[in-house]
Amino acid sequence: MTLTLVLLGAAALIGIGLYGALSQQSFVMLMMGLELMLNGALLAIIGFWSLSLGGMPEGQLLAIIVMAVMAVEMAIGFALIVAVYRKRQADMTESIGTLRQ
Amino acid sequence: MTDLMIALLVAFAVWTGWRVFRVDSMVRASFALMLSFVAVGAIGVLLSAPYIGVATVFMMAVEMMVMAIFMVMFMMNPAGLNPMVMVHQHRLSIGAGLVAFFGLSAAVLLSPLPSNPVAPGTDVVAQLGHELLGPSMLIFETAGVTLLATMVGAVILSSRQGRFGSADEGSRPPGLTEGGDPAGRQPEGGGGHGHHHHGGH
Repeated sequence: MTLTLVLLGAAALIGIGLYGALSQQSFVMLMMGLELMLNGALLAIIGFWSLSLGGMPEGQLLAIIVMAVMAVEMAIGFALIVAVYRKRQADMTESIGTLRQ
Repeated sequence: MTDLMIALLVAFAVWTGWRVFRVDSMVRASFALMLSFVAVGAIGVLLSAPYIGVATVFMMAVEMMVMAIFMVMFMMNPAGLNPMVMVHQHRLSIGAGLVAFFGLSAAVLLSPLPSNPVAPGTDVVAQLGHELLGPSMLIFETAGVTLLATMVGAVILSSRQGRFGSADEGSRPPGLTEGGDPAGRQPEGGGGHGHHHHGGH
């Protein structure tokens, strides 16, 4: 019962994150959507680990890997946003029509 | 009791996640996302994963503060005084989000979920430590090297150009045919100087 609830919450977070990543025009808001999807994945991992894996330590390891992915995504994402802004003064997806040079 | 708290925290995480795309200021959006992460961390603590839960809260508190600074740098509506709607392909996005939610929910509700909870009194943090520095050490070390590569990549990507000018100064993409013109728009004035004034605003 608790597991179902947690997994439904994770599904909702992933759905909202997907909506945000597809619909937002600003790069930073788009990354919030990606983070929200990873948040849902983390919630699902915690739920599965705690309630159906019997405390297998590899489950916690997977959660730590997801956190590392979050850090990588955010650092590289913001670096790319800064690089694109320096190059083209663009902070919206619509401003980038072509992948030049 | 624990179930009720978990239910409330799940609802709070989803609600704050939804607020991320509904508030009028990007700083508020990043704080809403932080609240969502904090709720997930608290669920982790309640579900007998104290290390993961607390680490999530600490990491996300710092990460969302950094994110808020970037928001101040890039947003067009700092105070949230005007309505902020900056969306494209809105219907497709709503559809994709709903499909993802209902598809995953159907998978959750229709599949028999195994029930094997963590035994009370299990020393989960010590188990995690032995796993990280034992059988899964290679994975853990790989994550560390990946983070190092991330730091290097982030510095390279976001640093200003070096003392010899832009890396693509005077560069020319290869032609479509031998010696022909490259595809796409041509850089104006020859060389690689032409792309500083394509303003997005």
